[in-house]
This record gives sequence, C-alpha cells and structure tokens, in this order.
Amino acid sequence: MDFTFTEEQQMMAGAFRDLAADICSPEALRALYDGQDTQAEARWQRLAEMGLFGVLAAESDGGMGLGDTDFVLLAEEAGRCALPEPLVEQAGVAVPALREVTAVPEVAALLPQLASGVARIAVVHPNNPYANVPPALTHWLACDAEAVYLLEAGAVEVVAEPSVDAGRRLQRPAAMVPGAAPLAGGEVARELTERLLNRGALFTAAQSLGVAERMLHISVEYAKQRHQFGKPIGSYQAIKHHLATVAVKLEFARAVVYAAVAHVGALGSRSLAAVSHAKLAAADAADLAARSAIQVHGAMGYSWEVDLHFYMKRAWALAGAWGDHSFHARCVQALVCGEAFPLGPDQTFERTA
Amino acid sequence: MAVELQFTPEQQRFRAEVRAWMQAHVPATPLKTLESEAGFAQHRQWERTLAAGNWGMITWPAQYGGRGATLIDWLIFEEEYYRANAPLRVNQNGIFLLGPTLMEFGTPEQKARFLPKMASGEEIWAQGWSEPQAGSDLAALRATAVRDGDTYVLRGHKIWSSRAAFADWCFCIFRTEEGSERHRGLSFILVPLRHPGVRVRGIRQIHGEPGFAEIFFEDARVPVANRLGEAGAGWHIAMATAGFERGLMLRSPARFQVAALKLVQLWRHHAEKADPALASAVAQAWMDAQAYALNTYRTASRLMAGGSIGVEASLNKIFWSELDLNLHRTAMSLMGARAELAPGAPDCTDPSWLEGFIFSLAGPVYAGTNEIQRNLIAERLLGLPRG
Repeated sequence: MDFTFTEEQQMMAGAFRDLAADICSPEALRALYDGQDTQAEARWQRLAEMGLFGVLAAESDGGMGLGDTDFVLLAEEAGRCALPEPLVEQAGVAVPALREVTAVPEVAALLPQLASGVARIAVVHPNNPYANVPPALTHWLACDAEAVYLLEAGAVEVVAEPSVDAGRRLQRPAAMVPGAAPLAGGEVARELTERLLNRGALFTAAQSLGVAERMLHISVEYAKQRHQFGKPIGSYQAIKHHLATVAVKLEFARAVVYAAVAHVGALGSRSLAAVSHAKLAAADAADLAARSAIQVHGAMGYSWEVDLHFYMKRAWALAGAWGDHSFHARCVQALVCGEAFPLGPDQTFERTA
Repeated sequence: MAVELQFTPEQQRFRAEVRAWMQAHVPATPLKTLESEAGFAQHRQWERTLAAGNWGMITWPAQYGGRGATLIDWLIFEEEYYRANAPLRVNQNGIFLLGPTLMEFGTPEQKARFLPKMASGEEIWAQGWSEPQAGSDLAALRATAVRDGDTYVLRGHKIWSSRAAFADWCFCIFRTEEGSERHRGLSFILVPLRHPGVRVRGIRQIHGEPGFAEIFFEDARVPVANRLGEAGAGWHIAMATAGFERGLMLRSPARFQVAALKLVQLWRHHAEKADPALASAVAQAWMDAQAYALNTYRTASRLMAGGSIGVEASLNKIFWSELDLNLHRTAMSLMGARAELAPGAPDCTDPSWLEGFIFSLAGPVYAGTNEIQRNLIAERLLGLPRG
C-alpha cells in the first residue's frame, strides 16, 4: 500500500511542465485565441522529441513501455498549461487501446508511428462525440457499443465544430467510407469501448486537476497584488474563504483521481465507479476553481485581456468531454445504490481477502 | 511503479486478526451515549477491554501500551473497528491529541507516567483551551499559572471542554509569563480534574447531556513537572496538538464509510417514494466518504515516506466535517416524518440518525471553526497576506 509517486514519475512531469512553459505559455494561447494558430505543428514536434506520445507504447514499438500511473501526472500537466494538442487522447487513450489488438497487422504497423508522433489520431466515442483533432491528422479511432473502427483520415467525412475553447480543434465524423471493416466487434469491441472511456474519462479528470490548480494559482497571485480599501484583496476573509474552499476540493479530488488510475485498465463495476467518481470530483473542483477565480478577479476576470479565460474555458470543455456530469453521476448512483456494489470501510480498495 | 494500492499478505492477516477480536468482544447492545455519566462509565469499561486485547493505541511503541504498528495498520484497525460498530473512543482527546503531543514534546518521565494509562483507558483526558473570551481567538486567553517554587498556582476559567464533566485529567494552556500578550508567554500544562482548587461544571449540549464542561481554577496547585515543553512554548505545542486534532487520527474515514453504507441502505428502503434528487445526495455521500478514505491513505503514505502534515490538516477538517453534515442531512430528509422521533419513541427505528445529525452540527465548529481553518489554508498553504 503506497500512494506516493516515484522520483522518476515526478521528474518526467516536471520536465513536461518546463517544456509546456516554453511552448504553451499564456502568450502562445493568446495568439491562438487571436486566430494565429501557427505553432500547432511546432508544438507537436516538441512533444514528440520528448517522447511523450510513446509513454504507454511498448518499447518494441519505440515507446517507453510505462503504465497508466506514469501517465496521470503528464495528463495533469497538459491540463495545467491548457495544451491545445490532443497528447492525452493519442498517447493516453488511443495507444493503450490499440495495444490490445496488435494481432491486426494494420494496428501493429501503426503503433510505432503513433508512439513517435508521426501518425496522428483522433478518438470519438459515444461519450466523446467531438474529437479534439491533432495537426495533420492521419487516422480516426471510432467506436460504438458494437464495433471499433480504425480508419484513415481520408476515409471519414467530418464536420468542424468550433469550441468555446480556442485551444480545442473539434471535429465530428459525419460519415465513414461505406463498407469499412471494423477493427473489432462483439465482446472485444465492448471491452475496448469500456476501456477507451475509462482512460478518456480518467485522463480528462487529471487534466481538470491541472487546470483547476492553474486557476487557483492565478487567482492567488492576483489577490496578492490587487489592492482595494488600501489593502491587498487577498487579506480579506471573503476572498480567502473562496480560495481555501477551492484548495479543499482540489486536494480531495486529487486523491480520487490518483487512486482511480489503478482501475483504468480493468473492467467491471468497481472500475466504472472509481473512474466516474474521479471525473466528477475533478470536474467539480475545476468548476469551483473557475467560478471562484472569476469572482476574485472581478470585472478583470470577465475580460479578454486577462489570461484566466483560457483556463476557465478548458475547464468548461473538459467537464463535458469523455462522459458529462449526468453520465458519470448516473453511473455512480446506479452502482452505489444498487445491490451488488462492495460498500463499507473495508472496501476502500479491491481486496483478495 | 509506485501508487501501489494493494494490501500485503501481512496486512490482510492483521485485518483478519482485528476482525476476529472485534467479533468476539464488541458489545452486542450499543452503549449509552458517552456524553452521559452512565454512558461514560460504560465507555471507560470498554477502553479497559480494548487495552486487555492490546488494542488501546496500536501505533504507539510497546513500552507505552502500543504495538508499534504502522499508519496503514492503524487505518486497517479503524476500518475493522467501525465495521464492527465498536463504541466511540471516550479517550479520544488523550489518545489522538495529547498522546502524539507527548510523544513529540514530553520528557521520558512524562511519557512513562502518562502514556500507558492513556492507552489503557485508566485515565481519560479532556482539553482545556477555550475561555469565555478566547474561542476562535485562542491567543486572547487569560487563565494564569504563577510559579511558586516547584509548583504552578492556577487561576482562571476554561469552557467548552469536551468530556471534562467526567474525565480525570485535562491538558490546558495557561499564561505563565506575567504581562505577556497573545501567543507569547503561554505554557502547556497537564492538570488533574479531581483536585483541590479545580471545580468542574457540566454544560448540557443541545441533546441534553453534559457533553462539555466549564472548569474553574481557584488557586489549584500542580507540580511544575506537569508542564509539557519549555515555559513559554505553549502556543507552539498547542498548534502541534491542533494539527493532530485536524490531521490524520481524530476522525477516521471508516466512521464516515460506515455512515455512508447505512445511508445507502436507508435509500434502498425509501427509494420507491423518495425524491429522486436524494439519490444524488446519497451517491455524493458515498463519494465523499471514499474520497476522504483515499486521501487519508495518501497522507499516511506521505508520512511513512518521511513527509509531514502541516496546514493540510485544515483541508482535512473542513472536508470531513462538511461531508458528515451533508450525509446526515440527507438521512434526515430520507426519514421524512420519522426523522424527528426521539430515541424510545415507538416508531423510532434507528435513533442513531438523529443523534448523528445533532453531532454532525458540531463538526464545523469544534477543533477550530471551519472559518478559522479557511483562514489558515489561505495564509499558510496559499500564501495570502494576513488580514
């Protein structure tokens, strides 16, 4: 029983944070919001140089061969900087899913390309209808309850769906090439689809933690320097209590997200409940962080000039991605209020007793 | 790979051992409330039973009545303890607050004198900090301890001391330096409650029982050896105690997980006619209890890896007190017209919900109000300026 991350895991997250400060600064996001999205390919290249697309890929495919626990802090960093590119979807969701079907030659050939970032994939799922699409998209991974499809980008007719978050380039597949053969069907497809959602939801939750912490940080810094009535506004209890409440929510959401990582590769009610709980807790924390941040900033927080809105919009976007509030809340309710779910103080973790 | 959330075989064996002992020893009928005189005596007896099984305070070293168990073992013990519906710990102020404080600041003599009798339940402790004019503003306290040779002469008035009505000892903060102000000149002193010059008067709580008391010190004399730490170090030591109080031990996650389980059962019983919105409140209660448990394991891991718990304790205190309140409010809503029925009413099927609800209302107040906790988080964790 150990809930701590290793030094290596923390160092890798730290290295990504440093890179993000360079390639995904507030200035870079501002350029994007002003319609000058010229750096997407450059950012993708830098992420690829760090090997981030291959964290969960097999070493034989040129990846690092690491596990979900190694990825969760990276997803958090992607949230903290509001990274526009779908690193999380490609490296954290698509790659581990495709590793389950390497018997398909097309998949075996694609995995090294995905791990290096040469191939770029977008993922749609019944609970994630709008895919965040990488620059120079090459493939789609699409699924429903019956079948999973891997398609070349040219084989899918898409509709662009602009997001309130200019950092997300959303597309929705409108039609597939007729007669496309599924990658998997039946039970295999059902399991793949469930695990796609587990990882999609969990790593989205991790991003929500990161973006929530970013908003808390921005708000604290603002409250220290903004003066009213002759004092920094952060010295008033009304402001302190808003931000302290965010810190409480964030602390406990963090524990839930980190614990749920152990479940993303598994199937069954325990995993579903853990992942849905993580998604809800992190989205709640990010929502409260956003509302509190705008309140602490006053009118400044409602302006285009202040960076806050980049992160606020990411928080709103993540709340509905990979299963919205209703989906995950109903999932937890149905499981917990149902008859068969393991409840009680000896059931915090899965046990073999 | 870290974040390894599995119990070892040893830990699982330990769980089985605790479970078997609890099954054999937990009283079949619930004890009377520990806030009443008769209930207090019953709970004192239970502490002796626990101690006879060497379960008094398992994380302490054997020489002080413990087993030298790890924090993870402690959490397992607590899970089985609450799962078995074992009685509340009447000596919680001793074992959870003063005990760890003594461990950190006590002399070898003080540890040997006080800890074993604390673990065995022979001496039950209360806390004497608040005064009529010093509540949230604890540093405004006025009670004095004046040095006279090898003794301190105590004068003053403490109030809202939980369990002091029936306890044996009290750990107090007195002003030992004449003319000192605020946090300076305070000392942490251990005082017997049945002692010349110490007068205890129970105060009835909203449930009618004397769950706390006021204590009058009228030239009571205690040895200087009863002072913990240096003269003038009282505030520093008290803040460490407060950290223990809000930190890992006072409110075990298991307590809330049992309550959440009972709430789910209550929901199932009422589901047909209940407001569907209450289903989400029930699920939220389970999620919050689970989140509290997970974060407690996370904190325990951090401490076992050499970390410390500081202002994070305030995050904890806010979270458990609010989750407890929300959980019990949901239960009261589900119970509908029966919610108001007092224990003993013919239609009162489970008096623990009303008792638990009333108790949960105190959570955001005791151990430092949640407003004070939010100030601490803002200033010490987030770095906002003092007001």
